[in-house]
Amino acid sequence: MSAVTAEHDHDDHHHDDHAHGPEKGWLRWVVTTNHKDIGTLYLVFALAMFFVGGTMAMIIRAELFEPGMQFVDPQFFNSMTTMHALVMVFGAVMPAFVGLANWMVPMMIGAPDMALPRMNNMSFWLLVAGILLLASTLFMEGGAPAGGWTLYPPLVLQTGKALPFAIFSVHLLGISSIMGAINIVATILNMRAPAMSLMKMPMFVWTWLITGFLLIAIMPVFAGAVTMLLTDKFFHTSFFDAAGGGDPVLYQHIFWFFGHPEVYVMILPTFGVASTIIPVFARKPLFGYSSMVYATAAIAFLAFIVWAHHMFTVGMPISGELYFMYATMLIAIPTGVKVFNWTATMWKGAMTFETPMLFSISFVVLFTLGGFTGLMMSIAPADFQYHDSYFIVAHFHYTLVPASIFMIMAAGYYWMPKWTGHMYNEKIGQLHFWLSAISVNILFFPQHFLGLAGMPRRIPDYAIQFSDWNMISSIGGFIFGASQLLFLYIVVDTIKGGTGEKVTDEVWEDAHKHGLEWTLPSPVPYHTFSTPPTVIPCDHD
Amino acid sequence: MKKIKQLFAGAILTTLGLPIAKADYALNLMEGVTKVSNDIYDLHMLILWICVFIGVAVFGTIFYSIYHHRKSKGHEAAHFHEHTTVEIIWTIIPTIILVAMAIPATKTMLELDDVLESEMSIKVTGKQWYWDYQYLDSGVHFESHLDEMSEKSHRGNTIDPHTVPNYLLSVDRPLVIPINKKIRFVFTSADVIHSWWVPDLGWKKDANPGFINEAWTSVPTPGVYRGQCTELCGRDHGFMPIVVIAMNQGDYDNWVKTTLEKQNAKPDLSDQSHEQLMANGSSVYLKNCVACHQIDGKGVVGNYPALRGSAKVNGGVDPLIGFLQAGTSKMPAFAKLKDNELAAVITYIRNSPDIGNKVGDEIQPKAITPVYDDDE
Repeated sequence: MSAVTAEHDHDDHHHDDHAHGPEKGWLRWVVTTNHKDIGTLYLVFALAMFFVGGTMAMIIRAELFEPGMQFVDPQFFNSMTTMHALVMVFGAVMPAFVGLANWMVPMMIGAPDMALPRMNNMSFWLLVAGILLLASTLFMEGGAPAGGWTLYPPLVLQTGKALPFAIFSVHLLGISSIMGAINIVATILNMRAPAMSLMKMPMFVWTWLITGFLLIAIMPVFAGAVTMLLTDKFFHTSFFDAAGGGDPVLYQHIFWFFGHPEVYVMILPTFGVASTIIPVFARKPLFGYSSMVYATAAIAFLAFIVWAHHMFTVGMPISGELYFMYATMLIAIPTGVKVFNWTATMWKGAMTFETPMLFSISFVVLFTLGGFTGLMMSIAPADFQYHDSYFIVAHFHYTLVPASIFMIMAAGYYWMPKWTGHMYNEKIGQLHFWLSAISVNILFFPQHFLGLAGMPRRIPDYAIQFSDWNMISSIGGFIFGASQLLFLYIVVDTIKGGTGEKVTDEVWEDAHKHGLEWTLPSPVPYHTFSTPPTVIPCDHD
Repeated sequence: MKKIKQLFAGAILTTLGLPIAKADYALNLMEGVTKVSNDIYDLHMLILWICVFIGVAVFGTIFYSIYHHRKSKGHEAAHFHEHTTVEIIWTIIPTIILVAMAIPATKTMLELDDVLESEMSIKVTGKQWYWDYQYLDSGVHFESHLDEMSEKSHRGNTIDPHTVPNYLLSVDRPLVIPINKKIRFVFTSADVIHSWWVPDLGWKKDANPGFINEAWTSVPTPGVYRGQCTELCGRDHGFMPIVVIAMNQGDYDNWVKTTLEKQNAKPDLSDQSHEQLMANGSSVYLKNCVACHQIDGKGVVGNYPALRGSAKVNGGVDPLIGFLQAGTSKMPAFAKLKDNELAAVITYIRNSPDIGNKVGDEIQPKAITPVYDDDE
């Protein structure tokens, strides 16, 4: 290990502090082009949407608490499952990672800001516009889209007045994502400190570089697919209508060509955060840095050639079924490498268990569980049973909630002291962790059993034999939902001053050996790295 | 083994303080009744045990590490950060496992896909929100709707679902098949995509509008096998179950004979009492109208118009008959209803207190004059 600490250039920071502060008043948040402000905007927005999407999940779990229809109309229930997914994917998880990238990528690579600051501002506000437009469909005649977040035709074409609005909102969200991705890729490729070669970049930066390319490749495909829906509905085309020579299954191929890489857009930065946090609290360098980079790239490549494993039962030729089965099974190899690497990073470390580390360890374990069920579903004949049952609901929630969302929260705990200069309340943080980690399993583990016993997904009511596990799952859901209010409390409390303890520049013991951001003062000044650092920490040479 | 599972489940519930009443804590995939479903079950168990094995190894390592390699115990951090041999090993071993797994999976996939040399064919058409079964060899053809009790229970919310036998998993007319025959199913849809899943048979298959999908089964033991639609197909996706009854060849032949007799019999068009009309009308309504216009006739605001207080429903009888037979761009034509059924349902919607209309008349089958007469 040849980690070298970057020296503080104190004159430089003084210069920063006085030269150019933020705009005064609320206008600061509208016109800002500062990567830290925009990062904050993204994160606050994502947190708000997490609660909006979470409320929808609570409605779903309340209706499924007992057999029989108690609270909502089936159509509204379908709207809830659809909107819950869209809001969580496009409003919470993706923006949260873009927010983290905004805050951390420049600070991790020694850049003064993002490469394209004005576009950065625009991509955030387009996101807000897109989500507001999407949310407005809830109040339209015929209700919000209720055909599932995959928007399969012909069902989605039965949406009421909301359809064109939902499609336009997808366009806006897509433009916003593409702009965000271009910005991040441009920043990483052009603005690294001269001493930082690609293979010295922190893993979080690597995973975002690859995610950026994924986004640029797939969002236009999704935009194309929904535009075809629009023309099928309003301009008499028949892309997806057999009566006019089209094929509804074509939509599924196009959608999943976007959709499968899209789920990796939500997991690759998660890997990056885990690879950042685990070494710090294990007090050891990340094990197998280069294999981590190659595994990430391999997963991203495979993401493009496995899409039809979402469609095993749609009716494909046997050669297609077999090809997609084999290709999908391959994903287990690079993913396995990652899990083994994290395990080896912890092995023989000197671990401590602060909140970010607790979330990271539970991520490794619970993400691996989600990976196992993924491997099971890659077995095409078995997927003829698992497909579209609660088994898959359990699967993807394991890879999204205790993986993506846990690691977004871990990142919050890990970097909040740097951002705010205040320490969060460790006791409440740990309480939040334990409540979340236990309830998330009460919530999602029984759903495996439900799926295997034959309960289809996306149904508002179910047969009596599914009652007990559904009730347990709902109870877990309510505990999980309520626990997240603790996170909100901690965020607000930390911003206001936290424990009152003054945090050091490196916050975590020896963190400066692991990343450039810990060489900056806490709280971090409005402008940083106006001149690039000359020495960079790198713990894997 | 099963006892242990039950105990385990019971223990969880007790800690949560839940009443263990009529518990059904199924944990694992069902084995099913066909050879294919058994093969799939075996694949499932094989991959599950592989995952358990890897999981125990990885999680065991993590927890050993958490316990022993902690700073509070004074453990000093080592400084290694790569090991080529280990990294190659943990790339190659999973590859070998996957190849080993792919072989039986491919075999089962080929078996599942082989619809050749079937002995009979059934065409299954998914519709919003019921299944339509057409026996291509014998000509038997019928619709299969959710049974009336489940229908009333989930819509009216007055009947406790726990009192309904096979709540949401029973139908008015089940699919009947003979045992030990290779039956080919062809799937299609009249509207949106549906998916036909009976877990005991081992598979599900999508029903795509405008296209045909194939699958097959051969059931060795007589019995009742239940399933559901598994592709989101709109408002009542959760309410279009599947029931398959497998019976001996002799019983099956009898069933075909009596079903065909009923199917081909002329409908009874003689006058009926008010009560009879209302009772028949109620069951026609539950099958054909309730999904949109709802059990209370109030419809769904913004989507489906109310029948309660509707001028069209409570107005002249002849225009109403014509409207039901011809349909509109939004409402399907109900030309498929026989004259006695049409008469009954019209009587019902005009006079039922459930719907909230009180015209005070009865429409007899002979009053139905066809818009399009098939016979001429």
